[in-house]
Amino acid sequence: MARTATTYDPFNAVAEPKRRQLLEAIGTRELPVNAIVELLGWPQPMVSKHLRVLKQVGLVSERRVGRQRMYSIDAERLKPIFDWVTPFERYWSESFDRLDDVLQVIHKKEKRHG
Amino acid sequence: MAEKKNKTILTAEPGKQEIFITREFDAPRELVFKAYTDPKLYVQWLGPRGYTMKLETFEPKNGRRWRYIHTDKDGNEYGFHGVNHEVLAPERIINTFEYEGLPETGHASLEIVRFEALPGGRTKVITHDVFQTVADRDGMIQSGMEHGVLDSHERLDEVLEIIQK
Repeated sequence: MARTATTYDPFNAVAEPKRRQLLEAIGTRELPVNAIVELLGWPQPMVSKHLRVLKQVGLVSERRVGRQRMYSIDAERLKPIFDWVTPFERYWSESFDRLDDVLQVIHKKEKRHG
Repeated sequence: MAEKKNKTILTAEPGKQEIFITREFDAPRELVFKAYTDPKLYVQWLGPRGYTMKLETFEPKNGRRWRYIHTDKDGNEYGFHGVNHEVLAPERIINTFEYEGLPETGHASLEIVRFEALPGGRTKVITHDVFQTVADRDGMIQSGMEHGVLDSHERLDEVLEIIQK
């Protein structure tokens, strides 16, 4: 294969902006392809192509319901991305929560002193 | 306590050299800027919970230096330093940033902090960190100050938010 797989894990799968849009469109729902096509306004082959990649890395699961295939996000597979970004996010979110308190205190003080 | 908790939004797109951290505060811009430039206030909020924060050098002026050290419960120290390129009250702070715990020096990044006034005396702070390489950025995110493993399941929803932005 000339092209090495650019999409062997959730990280590089979501590196493509269109795939992030697709995940966003599905959200917490379970949808058939035509519903996703309608939501995004993309040609159906494009939606199917990206769905296939997301399915390969396990970010999207497929379920057959009668003649339709339903797609939903497998949140468990998003966890590595979450774990990667969490400590840093937490550093800032904890700092900013404390900054809220500090601001509240000095805000009151300034009001009192006019 | 603030009545409604504002949310920290971290944006780190895969494959890029930058991070955006956005947060709103229920306080006027001048005050938020003060909390960033007054050493007595700064030590009260910056850093992870359970760490002590020591401001060794803090000169919030153009061309001046800063250095602080976070110490965890076991006495491990995490030092950071840089130079303030521009401190423009109450609009922005531009500085370099380098973590001292790396095996080699030279991985300094550029940080731009913008303070935007919002209606109702509120403020939005946008922190834009630009790293030299994607590896530098990802290393910084991943180092994460030894926070320990989180029980992530309850916050899985946030993943969607982070990766979409």
